[in-house]
Parts: sequence; C-alpha cells; structure tokens
Amino acid sequence: MPTGAVIEFRNVSKRFGGVTAVNDLSFTVEPGRVTGFLGPNGAGKTTSLRILLGLVGASSGTATFGGVRYRDLPQPLETVGAALEAASFHPGRTARDHLGVYVIAAGLPRFRVMEALTQVGLAAHAGQRVGGYSLGMRQRLGLAYALLGDPGVLVLDEPINGLDPEGIRWIRGFLRDMAAEGRTVLVSSHLLSEVQQSVDDVVIIARGELVHRGPLSSLDTDAAPQTIVDSPDRDALAAALTAAGIGFSIGRTGLLAATPDPALLGHLAFTAGVELSVLHRQKAGLEDSFLALVGGGHSL
Amino acid sequence: MTTFLRSVAAEFSKIFTTRLWWILAIVLFCYIGLLAGGLAALFAGIQTGVISPDAVNTGGGVTTFGSLPPLIYSFASSVGYVFPVLLGALATTGEFRHQTLTPTFLATPRRGVVLGAKTVTLILIGAGFGVVALAASVGLGGGLLSAFGVDALLLDSQTWLLVVRTLLAMGLWAAIGVGLGVLVPNQVASIVIVLAFTQFIEPLLRLAASFLEVTAQIGNFLPGAASDALVGASVFTIANPAGAAPLDWWQGGLVLLGYAVVGTVIGYAASWKKDVT
Ligand SMILES: Nc1ncnc2c1ncn2[C@@H]1O[C@H](COP(=O)(O)OP(=O)(O)O)[C@@H](O)[C@H]1O
Ligand SMILES: [Mg+2]
Repeated sequence: MPTGAVIEFRNVSKRFGGVTAVNDLSFTVEPGRVTGFLGPNGAGKTTSLRILLGLVGASSGTATFGGVRYRDLPQPLETVGAALEAASFHPGRTARDHLGVYVIAAGLPRFRVMEALTQVGLAAHAGQRVGGYSLGMRQRLGLAYALLGDPGVLVLDEPINGLDPEGIRWIRGFLRDMAAEGRTVLVSSHLLSEVQQSVDDVVIIARGELVHRGPLSSLDTDAAPQTIVDSPDRDALAAALTAAGIGFSIGRTGLLAATPDPALLGHLAFTAGVELSVLHRQKAGLEDSFLALVGGGHSL
Repeated sequence: MTTFLRSVAAEFSKIFTTRLWWILAIVLFCYIGLLAGGLAALFAGIQTGVISPDAVNTGGGVTTFGSLPPLIYSFASSVGYVFPVLLGALATTGEFRHQTLTPTFLATPRRGVVLGAKTVTLILIGAGFGVVALAASVGLGGGLLSAFGVDALLLDSQTWLLVVRTLLAMGLWAAIGVGLGVLVPNQVASIVIVLAFTQFIEPLLRLAASFLEVTAQIGNFLPGAASDALVGASVFTIANPAGAAPLDWWQGGLVLLGYAVVGTVIGYAASWKKDVT
C-alpha cells in the first residue's frame, strides 16, 4: 500500500507580469486526510498546484513532497498523481492510447491502463476517441491518469466540476477511501459545499493569500453566534430583551438576539411571563463563514 | 538514459496513435508518385523518341538534362521534404494546442529530455517518410523509366548513395519541423509558415539569388538548397543561371542540421521551458 508524503508549501509567490497570482503562501498537507484547497475563482488555486507540480515556476519559495521537489522525484507518477482542471488530451486518441503514452513514458506496466480506467468507471469506453467524451467522462479520464502509478499523494484541481450527481457521490467516496488508505489527498474547489462532505481539513486562500487553515470544524466557531427567538406577543418579548440589555434585530422568522445561549433567553422569557413560539440557536453555515473569509461575493 | 529511451518510446506512441502520420504518408506517396512517375514517363518518352520532342514545348535543348534517373529520384526530398516538416511541426505544436504538455511533463519532468526524445523520434519517422517518398520516386519513377527502356540505374552506387542521403535529409527536415514547432507554438501560424516558406518564399528566393554569383553563394545556405546539396540532385539545381557551385553533400547536411539545432534550442528557451498554464 503506497503511503502518502507531506506536501509543503513554503513562502510560495508567483507573479505573472504585474499580476500577483500567489503571495507568500505557506501550509502543509498531511497524509491520511482529505484536505480541501478552497478559494473563489481567480484566488490562485490552479497556479499554486501547478507550481507544486513543477509546471509553473514559482517567483520565490518552494513547494515539495516530503521535502523533494516534483521534478526531483525519481518516479513521479508513482509518487504523485495529479489531475488538473484543463482538458489535456488529443481528441483523436482513444482513452486507452492516451493513457498508454504515459505508462510508456513513466515505465509503468501496460495493464495499469485498464486498471485505472476500470477504477474510474471508464473501462467500457476505453476504445472510444476522447474527443467524443462528455465533460464528466473527461474528468474521470483525468483521474485515471492520476491513478496510473498508484501514487501515495493525489493532487486534484476541481475534480468535481462537470460530474453528474452519481459521479459526485462516487468521487466523494473515492476521496475518503484514498485518505483511509493513508494517502495524502489535496483537492481544490471554489465551492465549499462541493467538498464539505469529504474533507477533513481546509486550506482557504483569497487573492493569492492564505486566509484560513485547520480542520473543517474550525470554520464553525468563527461565525458570529445568534439565537432566533419569537413570541405570539412580539412586543413583550422585545421589551424583555431590551430590559435585559440584549441587542436584537428583527429577522424573517423572529428576533435575532445577539447571544449564543438559548437557555438565557428561555429563562428571561419565563421570568417576564412571555410565551415563546420559537427558540433556537442560529448556526451560521460553513458556507457563510467561508464566504466571510474570502471576502464574500467573489464565489461564482 | 532509460528515462530518455522511455521518452522516445512514448513519443513514437504519440505519433502512431493518431491519424496524422498515415494521412501525410499516403498524400506524400501519391504526390511524389504522380510527379516522379509523370515526369519519368514524359522525359523517358522524349529521350527514347517514343514521344516526339515536337509534341511538347521543351523550350529548346532541354533534352540534355544529364542523367535522368537521379533527377526523378530526387523528387522524394526536393518536393517531398514539406511532409516531414509538417509532421514535426504538427507533433510539436499539437502538444501546446491540446495541452498535452501537462501530462507529458508530469510523467517526465525533465523537459529537455522530452524535447530531445521528440527530435530523435521525428528524425526516425522522417526517415520513414523518406522510405515512402523513395518508394514513389524510385519505385514508380524507376519502374516507368525501365518500362521505356531507359536505364534506371537501380544497381548504380550513386543511386544508392542518393537513397541514403534522402533518408538523412528527410529525417533532418522532420527535426527542423520540431524546431519550428517550439519556435512558433501556435499551430495555425506554424502550418502557414511551413507552407508559405516551402511553397513560395524559398523557391522565389532561390531563383532570385541564382542570378548573381555572390547571392547564389548565399542562396546555397537556404534550407531547401542545402537539402538538395545533401541529396546531390534536384530539378532546382538544374535551373541555375549563374552556375555557382552548390555546397558539398556533407556541407548541405550540416547546414540542415544547423537549422534544426538553432530552431530547437531557441524554441526550448522561448516556449518549451516556460510555464505550462
Ligand atoms: N498564465 C497566466 N498569465 C497571467 N495571469 C495568470 C495566468 N494564470 C493565472 N493568472 C492569474 O492568476 C490569478 C490566479 O489564477 P488561478 O490560479 O487560475 O486561480 P483559481 O484556480 O483559484 O481560479 C488570476 O488572477 C489569473 O488571472
Ligand atoms: Mg483554477
């Protein structure tokens, strides 16, 4: 069973002419976990991953696998499997021939082609020209390329884009399985909701800079806590809140009280003799915290 | 070294898993076959009197064009050279166009190794195109010469020397195609350059240069002229008013190699080792 290496970005910056695409980015990605690499479109995810894979040269800083740069890996495809956003194939080649080229280049056994195609559910279309593939099939073919060398590290750029619901369910399970086997799994997305169900950790970037990193649950605590409370006699409730010095605003389903503690409000209403019809803590969604971190609005 | 050999094998696989190579090879065979066969029949007919010189407007005195067979056989490279150039340029620019540089460089991160492997592969396949072109020019052309009773010189050592040099020239032309492909990664632009240069610009330059001794010397270094010098015969070298001596065969070969090396090295720096985004 291949084991994952630690991915390490250290002070990575990249400028394209005047545009700073990535700015002083540092983080590590651990094996055995699925790490979501998140940020709105244009945040610099693809650029960062291409730097990691030696396809784009960093203006400064280093990105390594267990301390080794991609281009210095003795057997790159057997160490790292990568699927990048762009469709990278000749439309006139069959899927089998497309992968065949690269098993030859990497010195891998020929049977890996059909194994990888089977793994992503494309075995029945192996002899079809890739030009006729749907977007979802192309995504799977990209994934099959990443799996050719049975690598311990997977680097996937927006792998869920273009997949149908069945494909999305499949890839979520696939990512979990890969991490459970001890592999390092780094998967980018511009939508937290897309990967929320599969990731253990998140690394969030915006405008090329790191804005948050930690376990997925760490996104939960960042949100401003509020409690929704309502009463058939809303004026009396409002008076009781004001008397207790608790700020509130009027929301769609009741009053939004500025306290994380429903018990406090229950007690307050009880002592004031106000009947309650609604009382629950409003959990800001992970997506809300995500949007707050990346500056809102940018996510498409 | 094993990385390099694997890379060469992968480059062969890239060529042979798409349709381009055999389409070009078939067109090459038909084109050269038609030209060499047609002219062999025409000239052999005139020489042997089967066709009356009066029946064709030869412009006078053209019945003494020296030895006919090498002229016919050299069509393989003097006309067919555009095919290996196209294959080399298309194989290279296709990597940019279809973004296959990404999986290629992921499998073989040493980019110089990949470009070297591509060049070696195309030299060999270009020589293969030479075999196809010679099958047309020597096979069909020579066959028709024999049919008219003209000695096709098939057992002549000079003919075999021409065959070997044609293979070398066609291989080098494919390498020039690779060099052009990395110099001009835009596929459409690359094709336009190949066709415009080989079909119009260079023939005109060679003709213009040939009128003065000094420009004829320079004209010898044009790639097509160098290729003809390497092969040792061509319809183009016959129409040579100033009569400047062409380059020696080995000089012609070195000039061709020079074009390939210069194009590839500059292209490597200009596009091949740049960011793949
Ligand atoms: N080849 C390039 N030339 C110039 N700018 C680029 C290039 N590639 C990316 N950029 C810019 O870098 C920024 C980050 O892009 P990218 O890494 O593709 O973001 P993401 O993958 O997060 O959507 C964007 O502003 C983009 O316009
Ligand atoms: Mg991207």
